[in-house]
Amino acid sequence: MTGPLAFALLQTVEEPEISGSDGNFMVYLLIAAVVVAIAFGNRALARSRRRDQSTWYWLGVVFPIVSLAVLAALPTVPEDDEGVVGRRFGRRQIVGVIFGILGILMVFLLAPALTDQIRAFAFEPPKFGEQLQWGFSPRILVRIVGFLYWIVAGVSFLPKGRDRVAMIAQVVAAVVAIPTILAIALALSATATNTNVIILLDQSLFLATPVALGAMTGLWSERVGIINIGIEGMMLGAAGVGFMTYALLGNASSVPWMWIGIFVAVLTGGLLAMLLAVLAIRFKVDQIVGGVVINIFALGLTGFLRSQVIVPSGHTDGFATPDIAIPLLNRIPIVGDTLFTGPPLYYLMYLVVFMTWLVMFRTAWGLRVRSCGENPHAAETVGINVIKTRYLSVLVGGFIAGLAGAWYSMESTSGFEDNMTSGFGFIALAAMIFGKWTPWGAFGGAMLFGFARALGSRLQFLNVEVAGFSIPSEFFQAVPFIVTLVVVAGALGRAIPPAAEGQAFEPSK
Amino acid sequence: MSRLDRALREVWKAFDRGFKLQPVLVPLYAILLSFFIGGILVWIVGVNPLKAYWWLVQGMFGSWERIGSSIARSVPFMGSALALAFAFRAGLFNIGAEGQMLVGGVTAAWVGTWAWVAGIPSVFAIPIVLLAGAIGGFFWGYIPGLLRATTGAHEVISTIMLNWIAVFITRWLINSKEPLILRDLGASVPRTATIPENARLPVFLDGEPSLHLSLIVMVLVCIGLAYLLKRTTYGFETITVGTNPFAAHYSGVNVNKIIILAMGLSGAFAGLAAAGEVAGTRGFFQPGTFAAMGFDGIAIALLARGNPIGIIPASLLWGSLLVGAPLMQQQAGVSIDVVRIILSMVLLFVAADAIVRYLFRLKSEGPGAFEIAEETGA
Repeated sequence: MTGPLAFALLQTVEEPEISGSDGNFMVYLLIAAVVVAIAFGNRALARSRRRDQSTWYWLGVVFPIVSLAVLAALPTVPEDDEGVVGRRFGRRQIVGVIFGILGILMVFLLAPALTDQIRAFAFEPPKFGEQLQWGFSPRILVRIVGFLYWIVAGVSFLPKGRDRVAMIAQVVAAVVAIPTILAIALALSATATNTNVIILLDQSLFLATPVALGAMTGLWSERVGIINIGIEGMMLGAAGVGFMTYALLGNASSVPWMWIGIFVAVLTGGLLAMLLAVLAIRFKVDQIVGGVVINIFALGLTGFLRSQVIVPSGHTDGFATPDIAIPLLNRIPIVGDTLFTGPPLYYLMYLVVFMTWLVMFRTAWGLRVRSCGENPHAAETVGINVIKTRYLSVLVGGFIAGLAGAWYSMESTSGFEDNMTSGFGFIALAAMIFGKWTPWGAFGGAMLFGFARALGSRLQFLNVEVAGFSIPSEFFQAVPFIVTLVVVAGALGRAIPPAAEGQAFEPSK
Repeated sequence: MSRLDRALREVWKAFDRGFKLQPVLVPLYAILLSFFIGGILVWIVGVNPLKAYWWLVQGMFGSWERIGSSIARSVPFMGSALALAFAFRAGLFNIGAEGQMLVGGVTAAWVGTWAWVAGIPSVFAIPIVLLAGAIGGFFWGYIPGLLRATTGAHEVISTIMLNWIAVFITRWLINSKEPLILRDLGASVPRTATIPENARLPVFLDGEPSLHLSLIVMVLVCIGLAYLLKRTTYGFETITVGTNPFAAHYSGVNVNKIIILAMGLSGAFAGLAAAGEVAGTRGFFQPGTFAAMGFDGIAIALLARGNPIGIIPASLLWGSLLVGAPLMQQQAGVSIDVVRIILSMVLLFVAADAIVRYLFRLKSEGPGAFEIAEETGA
């Protein structure tokens, strides 16, 4: 999963900022300072830990110097003629400083405190017999990552023209943080000495599915210029009505009726999206208000249907969608059982994300959709029917939300609970904004959230102890939300929505 | 058009001119229409809608206690609706009222159980507890405001995330036994210790929930906010930032400062309402108390069109529906969720007032009933 995640993260990387051309001297000074710090730091480290001396001294000193030399030898982008002086200490440098501090803390404070004994990441699900394992010493791993962060800190202060390199380094550092956190948790765990990475990935993908679908809903409607705060309601309504159909007609236990239930869920999502579209386009209601109407309406309607129809029918649970294994691909050793075995809506999610990208960015219709969201009047001038495009696009989004709803009541579990989407429509919205209104970026946001959630429950399971107290479970439950907040606030920067978002369109006569 | 009809219209016009009923008419008709649609839904599931509504009204206003409870139930919604409405005026969409209420509530419960608070007269103890709640809420609203102003993080996302974080933090503070933080080990359920009598809000009318001082506080806050927005420079600046941040910036308004302060104050209103609940209704804080209150507050604020005075009747409507619904469920066998459907319909018809105007032949007020700023990146 790290592959698509890293790819998605790369998609969200900002375009390089303009930095000052006369700040180079300071930048080199900073790099030198970092190198010296690394060297002295390692000397100190080596003195305190004689056993580690040779390996770590050389790794800590030579590797950063060599990599900096390589980076310095890379070709620079020519400076611009006008000599624009921008921020010399921008986001890139701040993130760099944070990584530097983290690296120092890890090498000097965290690593010595961690156990020297071998911990392991397990890879294959146990059912294939003997598990593949990768054993490591947490102390050494944390030290290596700490050194890596020093390098990243140094790279972050490279002069203008190396923005791309700096960005990639920072993304790599962010991705590396994930196994590191897991390793630290393993080292501090009171009970476990190994943890299965593959199951963790499986859970993240599972939890990311509705968020990714919801994010696509948001994308379809926001790219065409309609703010969609009603994703939550569309998903909930679809989940409720879809399951009601399944329960009433198929007694919640027949596969064909389940598919009809899913179909009805999709239609319900479309219907609710249509309500939003009519309110926003025909009646020019404020779009946020329209979304809130849908949320409250869906909450009331599904609650009403549950207590008046589903519960009296006696079929409150039944079969959920069965797992499908993709032939051949599911035999790939480590990832086959995770990526290529799963329930149908999980596969559909990939298809939806891919198709969204394809249609939105590679077809004429997608171009029309985006132009209606950026400048509807210009779009109208070139002959695009803005009203029609807006209706259609919001409707497509609604269908996707219907799929997400079906995931809740017919795939994750078979049954319907009041408010079972529990705010995930808003998380989907967050994932979309995280991805800066791009399909792969939004997908990456959903993956990040799903992973943070799976990681939270895994850490809870590992029973991490710090200074005699076990870390409370509430903290791990809050992890995905804290991660999203930090990412949105810190690493992402100002997200710029489609220009005409939220504005009603008045066709010229 | 008959003569009688014309005469009636003349009388109506005079009436309207005298009482300025025009702005109230749309919500009024919207409520009627929503109850009509709700009735159809009730009829479909096989219950006589008149019977259901009879019990609903009985539940809402059947006795003095029920009237008191209806009013009392609406008080916290005034706070959460104000939290949204005020930020709305500054062009921000604060969905974080729930988190702000949780943090405000837990702060109030914490400060209220300080040992020295028990020893001072009520005149000081009550304001201290209420203020603590407001400060807690202010802090929790200040964070997304600050993030929005400094890093540009979208307040919709940050407030939702902070809602969840507040849910888990308060749950931990109350649940944790080791280390023991705020939990009252004597109580059977996880909750804080009870606030001493002298810091409790005086109760006017016993009931479920009972009516207490918080009502007066919240009504005063509503009126004060209306004054602030209409008559003060700060209010004018806030509205300017909400309508057009660029114009505000070029005319010398510190947009970032306004944004941070608006979010903070929004949170303070929510926190104040939460403190009222903690110190008035319950006397202690329990996790999960304010679930859904933030989201209902959104509906109420929108129903009132962001007008602080309008929030008072709008929350009264919602509070009394919530009090009446259980009786309706008990007596007529209709799910309490009907009231939520009705609320969403009211909101729908108030927002899409063209429908109501067409159905009831009302004249148009002209465009721009909602003063909501577009999402701009400033």
